Amino acid sequence: MTPRRKQRLIMVVFMLLGISIATTLALKAFNENMMFFYSPTEIKEGKAPTNQDFRLGGLVVEGSVRRKDNNLTVFFDLTDNNEVITVSYEGILPDLFREGQGIIARGQLNDDGVVIAVEVLAKHDENYMPPEVSDALEKAKGEQQ
Amino acid sequence: MIAEIGHVALIIAFVLAVIQALVPLAGAQLGKTRWINLATPVARGQLLFVGLAYVCLTYSFLVNDFSVRYVASTSNTALPLIYKISGVWGAHEGSLLLWALLLSSWTVVVSIFSTGIPKIMLARVISVMGMVSVGFISFMLFTSNPFVRLFPAPVDGRSLNPLLQDPGLAIHPPMLYMGYVGFSVAFAFSIAAMIDGKLDAAWARWVRPWTNIAWVFMTLGIALGSWWAYYELGWGGWWFWDPVENASLMPWLVGTALIHSLAVTEKRAAFKSWTVLLAIFTFSLVLLGTFLVRSGVLTSVHAFATDPARGVFILVFLIIVIGGSLLLYAWRAPSLRSVGQFSIVSRETGLLLNNVILATMAGTVLLGTLYPLVLDALGVGKISVGPPYFNQVMVWLAVPLYLLMGLGFFVRWKKDSLSRLSRKAIIPLAVSLVIAILLPLLFAPEQHWLTFIGLISASWVALTALLWLLNSNTSPFKLPLSTWGAVIAHLGMAVTVTGITLTSMYSHEKDVRLAPGEFYEIGDYQFKLIGVKEVRRDNYIAYQGVVEASEAGKHLVLLHPEKRTYSQSSMPMTEAAIDAGLFRDLFVALGEPLGSGSWSLRIYHKPFVRWIWMGSLIMAFGGLLAAMDKRYRRRGKTKNEAVSS
Repeated sequence: MTPRRKQRLIMVVFMLLGISIATTLALKAFNENMMFFYSPTEIKEGKAPTNQDFRLGGLVVEGSVRRKDNNLTVFFDLTDNNEVITVSYEGILPDLFREGQGIIARGQLNDDGVVIAVEVLAKHDENYMPPEVSDALEKAKGEQQ
Repeated sequence: MIAEIGHVALIIAFVLAVIQALVPLAGAQLGKTRWINLATPVARGQLLFVGLAYVCLTYSFLVNDFSVRYVASTSNTALPLIYKISGVWGAHEGSLLLWALLLSSWTVVVSIFSTGIPKIMLARVISVMGMVSVGFISFMLFTSNPFVRLFPAPVDGRSLNPLLQDPGLAIHPPMLYMGYVGFSVAFAFSIAAMIDGKLDAAWARWVRPWTNIAWVFMTLGIALGSWWAYYELGWGGWWFWDPVENASLMPWLVGTALIHSLAVTEKRAAFKSWTVLLAIFTFSLVLLGTFLVRSGVLTSVHAFATDPARGVFILVFLIIVIGGSLLLYAWRAPSLRSVGQFSIVSRETGLLLNNVILATMAGTVLLGTLYPLVLDALGVGKISVGPPYFNQVMVWLAVPLYLLMGLGFFVRWKKDSLSRLSRKAIIPLAVSLVIAILLPLLFAPEQHWLTFIGLISASWVALTALLWLLNSNTSPFKLPLSTWGAVIAHLGMAVTVTGITLTSMYSHEKDVRLAPGEFYEIGDYQFKLIGVKEVRRDNYIAYQGVVEASEAGKHLVLLHPEKRTYSQSSMPMTEAAIDAGLFRDLFVALGEPLGSGSWSLRIYHKPFVRWIWMGSLIMAFGGLLAAMDKRYRRRGKTKNEAVSS
């Protein structure tokens, strides 16, 4: 092997090594941060993970929003018109959050079957239903029939 | 009537684009001078008619012609003038028309500033740009025509989302599109070079300024978008790893790699096929980004199912552009021989590694953006990838990138020695180390290793750039503009990195419940709610909070965050109040009434957040300087090419 070829080989080996390390780390991070979406029905069926964040979505049940008096904790119920899940969240709800709207929350399930949300999302369009929510509603409809 | 004129103009523009795409190229292959000479006039004709179509659509907006469906769906009579003008690119159809307009403008500008370029080359470049134009105009004509009539015409149009009624966002799309479309020039030149089979230093000199300018616009466009999200969305964040943002970041990353790879191609006649490949990838990501954002596929992959024609068209277009250019690449790239040899320790290697890292970054963003869409489209499941994924991966890829950004200035072309390099690097490295340890100890409330990583990267990048300016043998004022451009762009990056680090590590964000007279403290800052009152303006009603911010007991400023309800929409909107400063922003947003006069408030203290956008402006300025270097303006053939292939 000529010195030049040897140098090239070393370089290629190093670069492949670097790229494979980067890919491994990226895929690991990807797996750790991948969140699945569950509908209230699926959560009631016990499909949602226990020690991991996941997303859930549904319609906010009319009249279900309750606040604590001394802090920003708020409780509300989400439904896919089949099952109901209670969500608790501490903080300011987004502008478009209101009863009857489709919203998405991210959080974990506690032992009482309440989802402790760390994020609540409502999309920035009054006519818009998050696609996950509309799908979940469709699915629940199918199961009822 | 006007809409019909616009429609016809678009059809004529389409015909001209087809001629532009075929005739000059055929002329170049067959050696027919008259066909070649057709390139410039036909490109100008196309611009004329696309421009006419654009004017017609703008006119329909200005006169509130709601019989045009697109106008009815994005504008209304109460909309202020500026948002009627910007409403033209407010949705899918019109933004395609803006794209086509910018594309034909770039084509004409290229034809004007290309007196030094051989006519055959220019003819091919213009033809390739014509092909892209054919794609866009036919997409409009066949699936997304902005001039379609609506019958019966509504009395008034729908509202433009109040979030979008903002000057920052009005100019964000044209900025970004200028950048997007600008990369079509590098793409067209690359395709032309592959057809030609020749790619030399002169070629790189033609392409570099165009690429730089495109990059400048794209940098500004992305920064504007981030700034808008910060002050308008009311969340106080500056980057959300939203697919819409990712779509613009990916071509920026690969475009940055392209700029650096072009430098090697010009100076060292190396990386030729890599440069061409990067140009193809950048433009492919640009197309992907345009369609991702505007086609509706992001709000729902099923948007394609409701309008299959659009989805099929986009897929076919992407396949033709990406597949076609990659096929051409596989066939012709071996003929673009890179002659410049270099050893492991050399500037070439450094730039190669920089390119690999940037491409890897773009790849990880692509994975995180497209994978959930693909899974959903296949019906496998609904997943989302959170910001932690992007943050983790980007931080680890950025560290070696910044290390190289600094070393790249010191290391010599072709061959260098590690011992010389380490002697050069030791001083800036030591100083950066001191800065990164000392500054947080002196000023920061708490220490974190990420702060250290961020600060050492930023100071290293900044110091190496400055040292290089001082150490070069010639006086800094005699250095070429491209050198200044590089130094300033790197400094800008350092400023942005500092901003990102300090904002991410030391921001305080808190949602609180306050009754009038109560206050909340962040460090030395005190936020006292004075009260909330109702105010009425032209097109909205708002609750306006009055919050007194004071620092260490001294009155600073009265902040007026608002919760608005616009008349044409039932949707409330948060308008945050920001007290901006070079070293910190105070940010207050109004939440909701909680009864008995109390309100929820969102209170942020964001140190150094301005530096993120300031750095982007500096980067863009650097890119502009580099593009204006006088060696790109040399006319005619240069004698004595240092390296020619």
